[in-house]
Amino acid sequence: MLQRTPLYDRHQAAGAKLVDFAGWEMPLNYGSQIKEHEQVRGAAGVFDVSHMGVVDVTGPGARNFLRRVLANDAGRLKAPGQAFYSCMLNDQAGIIDDLIVYYLSEGRYRTVVNAARRAEDLTWLKQHTAGYDVRIRLRADAAVIAVQGPKAQACLGKAVDARLESRLAGIKPFRVVETGDWLIARTGYTGEDGFEIILPGRSALDLWDHLTAAGAVPCGLGARDSLRLEAGLCLYGQDMDTTTTPLESALGWTVAWKPEDRDFIGRVALESQRARGVVRRLMGLVLDARGVLRHGQALQSDLGGEGEVTSGGFSPVLGRSIGLARIPADDDGPWTVDIRGRALPVRLVKPPFVRNGHALVD
Amino acid sequence: MSNVPSDVKYASTHEWVREEDDGTVTVGISDHAQESLGDLVFVETPEIGRTVEAGEAVAVVESVKAASDVYAPVPGAIIDANSQLQDAPELVNTDPYGEGWIMRIRLDDPHALDELMDADDYEHLITEEDDG
Repeated sequence: MLQRTPLYDRHQAAGAKLVDFAGWEMPLNYGSQIKEHEQVRGAAGVFDVSHMGVVDVTGPGARNFLRRVLANDAGRLKAPGQAFYSCMLNDQAGIIDDLIVYYLSEGRYRTVVNAARRAEDLTWLKQHTAGYDVRIRLRADAAVIAVQGPKAQACLGKAVDARLESRLAGIKPFRVVETGDWLIARTGYTGEDGFEIILPGRSALDLWDHLTAAGAVPCGLGARDSLRLEAGLCLYGQDMDTTTTPLESALGWTVAWKPEDRDFIGRVALESQRARGVVRRLMGLVLDARGVLRHGQALQSDLGGEGEVTSGGFSPVLGRSIGLARIPADDDGPWTVDIRGRALPVRLVKPPFVRNGHALVD
Repeated sequence: MSNVPSDVKYASTHEWVREEDDGTVTVGISDHAQESLGDLVFVETPEIGRTVEAGEAVAVVESVKAASDVYAPVPGAIIDANSQLQDAPELVNTDPYGEGWIMRIRLDDPHALDELMDADDYEHLITEEDDG
């Protein structure tokens, strides 16, 4: 039996195409993925992402615990309301998951983890609490709603009361405000302005209805995937997993190397990889020919190098297919991709492809 | 629920076939097929003049989700292809039985149409697929 979010009835009533996503019955689209994508780039869309795991890390030892289990440094979260993105690594520096950490108050942190990694993450976190006065708790009662796009603030403003509306403009990117049992964060996965609201499941229907009444159009996981790909954001399980490190996943910027004495899990392996030199890297691809890059397609360089498309899809903004690929670090090609038996040339580019509605690559 | 008009015939591979007055047929993919694929982003139409067997892959429809072959539902010669789909693949989504047609075939043998399903049979097929 698939799990359902508190918004399941709304998705069904709106005619969503529902699919199994990591054990959850989630909307893939509500008719047209491309229209939903364009809605987010041009106005505002609303996503139910309640399948993601909301995990509270609390207690006097919470901060030091996070400094141990995450590659980014919770010590950099100086004031409540700050947030960051981080990888959680195993001892070999393989990525167990990528997540967002919100700093709420002294000894109170909330993380949002991938749906497919909930169980592994919880097990891992609980295995490493020895020596820390910390409590790990999955908030199965929480819903997560993302409202994204240039009109996200206007839509959310109409959907909440006047007191809350007045606070929205003051929430800077990657900041969070806690109000009652709601968190409102200026974060997202689309390359647009927007908010992610973590709230009790019982309040989710009201917020959803208010947001859609305010003009935010329901968008499914299909659009979420093409939006994040245009934004050049990695997807766990496709672009990275336990067999790849942040340095091989274009996520080196999320690793806090300083202070040098912070002994986070995976540090030793990651430092040794950095010293040896990284053999594989993650790059962006553009396919100018007709066709669509897809996860798993083989890449070949004229110099003899081999690689693989890790994420691919059609970019509505560019009108062509784009992708992410893992290739040898020293091989600039030229590269071709094998699509249904044909070798088509691809261009290597540095993501993101699109930011705030504008194309950043040719 | 998918639209399954009864004035066309269907192949088990989800193409529809409309018999024209001049001994040719027009072919496209069914509403059910376009719905399962999602938004189309490219259509590779067949080469005009080519002679094909029934069941031969002749065109490709590529959606946000996947690439999928389109098969010739009947044997014959391909006499036309919908060039509009080059720039407007979404016609297959918005009007699968009309503007979204893919090709026209001149039949070798008119009896080839007898091998195809009528609307009732096709509706059974897609209901079973959905339940399966």
